[in-house]
Amino acid sequence: MTAPVENLTAPTSPGPIVWIRRNLFNNWYNSILSLLTLFIGYFVVTAIFNWVFNIADWRPVVNFPILYLVGQFPRDQLWRVFLSTAMVSLLMGMSWGIWGKLVRPFALSVGAFFGILALLPVQSEILSPANRALLFLNLFLVLGGFALRRFEVLRGRYIAIGWIVAGLLIVLVILPGFRGSAFLPEISTTLWGGLLVTLLLAGGGITLSIPIAIFLALGRRSSLPVVKGFCVVFIETVRGVPLITILFMFSVIIQLFLPVESRLDRLFRALIGMTLFSAAYTAENLRGGLQAVALGQIEAAKAVGMNNVLITGLIVMPQAIRAVIPALVGQFISLFKDTTLVLILGINELLGIGKAIINSDPEFIRLQAEVYIFMAGVYWILSSIMSYSSRQLEAALGVGER
Amino acid sequence: MNLETPSPSRRTLGEVPIWRDERVLRASAQIVSALAIIGFIAWVVSNFRIAAEARGLDLTFRFLKLPAAFPISDPIIPYDPSRSFGYAFIVGLVKTLLVSSIGIVLATILGTIIGLARLSTNWLISRLALIYIEIHRNIPLLVLLFIWYFPIFSTLPPVSEAIILPGPIYLSARGIYFTWPAFTESGRAWSIYVLVGLLVAIITWIVLRRRRERTGKATYFGGVSLLILIFVPLLGWILVPGNPLQINTPYLEGFNFQGGLRFTPEFAALLIALVTYTAGFIAEVVRSGMQAVNRGQLDAARAVGLSYMQVIALVIMPQALRVIIPPLISQFLNLTKNSSLALLIGYQDLFSVARITINQAGRVIPVFFMTMATYLFLSLMTSFVLNIYNRRIQFVER
Repeated sequence: MTAPVENLTAPTSPGPIVWIRRNLFNNWYNSILSLLTLFIGYFVVTAIFNWVFNIADWRPVVNFPILYLVGQFPRDQLWRVFLSTAMVSLLMGMSWGIWGKLVRPFALSVGAFFGILALLPVQSEILSPANRALLFLNLFLVLGGFALRRFEVLRGRYIAIGWIVAGLLIVLVILPGFRGSAFLPEISTTLWGGLLVTLLLAGGGITLSIPIAIFLALGRRSSLPVVKGFCVVFIETVRGVPLITILFMFSVIIQLFLPVESRLDRLFRALIGMTLFSAAYTAENLRGGLQAVALGQIEAAKAVGMNNVLITGLIVMPQAIRAVIPALVGQFISLFKDTTLVLILGINELLGIGKAIINSDPEFIRLQAEVYIFMAGVYWILSSIMSYSSRQLEAALGVGER
Repeated sequence: MNLETPSPSRRTLGEVPIWRDERVLRASAQIVSALAIIGFIAWVVSNFRIAAEARGLDLTFRFLKLPAAFPISDPIIPYDPSRSFGYAFIVGLVKTLLVSSIGIVLATILGTIIGLARLSTNWLISRLALIYIEIHRNIPLLVLLFIWYFPIFSTLPPVSEAIILPGPIYLSARGIYFTWPAFTESGRAWSIYVLVGLLVAIITWIVLRRRRERTGKATYFGGVSLLILIFVPLLGWILVPGNPLQINTPYLEGFNFQGGLRFTPEFAALLIALVTYTAGFIAEVVRSGMQAVNRGQLDAARAVGLSYMQVIALVIMPQALRVIIPPLISQFLNLTKNSSLALLIGYQDLFSVARITINQAGRVIPVFFMTMATYLFLSLMTSFVLNIYNRRIQFVER
């Protein structure tokens, strides 16, 4: 006998009225709460809309789009920034092609970011149609990079090398330039600013912190007392003090611990501070990842005759890093937020630019709310996108599901 | 007979070349790493000594006894510029401790409320909590602090046009004045009653609870100690002559308010920013802790007839706390460390005082060492104390 099929239809989703009753008015105090929330919420939302569209004066925000993006970067050299973003976009697209779902949300976010930037409805001489087109090009570079996956020559390891080469080129050659060069004149880092510096500090900090974190995490598990002691003291000290003191230390005191003749760039000193700060936290994440690697893996590797170095490099580390990638992205997001602190060193990252714009015009003093709320919006959007991408990445990695 | 064959152990030893011998490798790694680290430290120290000599840096702590000669606004404990650098440092520390301890208490309360709201069956309330959490987790604390301070608390109206909130609470450029109860002359005598009541209540709680655990009989430890807690101060209130407490309402006198409890605008902005920011993170900690408790636990507890409050207090909370406490500790530490952002809005906390001291006394290294050591000490102490508590509640693990 077969079961009567017609009775096995899927339960229909409840209608809106049932949904409202179930989720908003399921008992007396929930009903009161819901009504109260709706009532207050209505006033709050209308007040916010009224402020944003009628009261707020957005001049300090919309009049300086380039300042917020790159700070005082010489306007006739902006092509270098465009070139850098183009390289990043292309590599993002290619990574998406190779690693698929793992990178897709990040690549699409990058493309969408530049697309939206190109279409921003603000007036600016520098955001000329040509420059807008260059920005918009990034979107096509991401998609174009993705399309390149058909060529089988492209492998993960080439893309990785591409990232390293591009990163070094951007930070050491394209943006700073050379003294006396006609083609790439030197641009002092004091002129860099805005979102460019924020992203450079966060990206540079997290990238440089990973190798240090690997040493620290391994060192903390080491059986060598000197190494272990050094790593424990370093990690716990850095985690025990505020980032602001570390940044301050690297801006003022580091000079005393280095050979007298060496002069470090201010931005570079901030980067060292961010890197070491981030390395201590990343090392602890990584230690968690190392502990999560099954002992059987190590025993199996020993059984096939691998030595300790090979086991760590080829068996343990790849698994540990894979397990902590989501934590690394989380670390990147918090580092992105923490870059705001470098403004105490006089570096004009995004928030510093906001402050500088307020101070540039006495009329803007009373428009601080507009500037800071705009800042909050920018940080919120960017780190929300990153959080969302990180959740997608976590799902795609399936950490803990294997 | 050939007795020359080496014993098996000697043979294996002989077969392993010296560069593959585990013990030799280990020892040499030990030596090399130790040399590398000591060499690095020696290099840094020698550079430092050269630089210190070249600039004539003073590395002693003698300056701590010299007069500080800089003012600290709202010092909380008595302070004037003739006091020493060391004392100024302590004033800064007290201000850091004050804002972080109040901040921790308030952030825990707010965070728990929002975390529970996030779990509410009411869709609107849950969404509202989600919006709060998402906003506060994705905006840098410094931006929030600037929003609270520059457009809001630093632009409060002058005293004559103070904003009056119910309470009454007066908001003006001079600060926020709360109506607050204050002790009268007989207050000291009464406060002894309060302390005794609290002490007796705690002892009663512990003794009766132990007895219940031993005998299994109901001892009503909660109700009895609550009664003691209310009854003893009440007794004191009747016995003590006059009214021990007086409501202290701020009033306008000359160009400023007098009486009441005063928060400076800087303190208020810092506190609100720290509390609201950290509460967003604590809410997530609380939510995930509560969700970590198996749903069957709740069903089972309901099935044996516990009331809803009993289920929460006796079944869900003790289990959720195990998950909640460790990340909560790190949130408390974050709040304490983040309070150093006070510098950027002009609240003179530990770090801020240290920076002024560096400028005034010119002793970068000693002051810096003291500041780092103090923060480190605070962090280690907090996590040490809370870890003891954590171990106690984790002990119930089966």
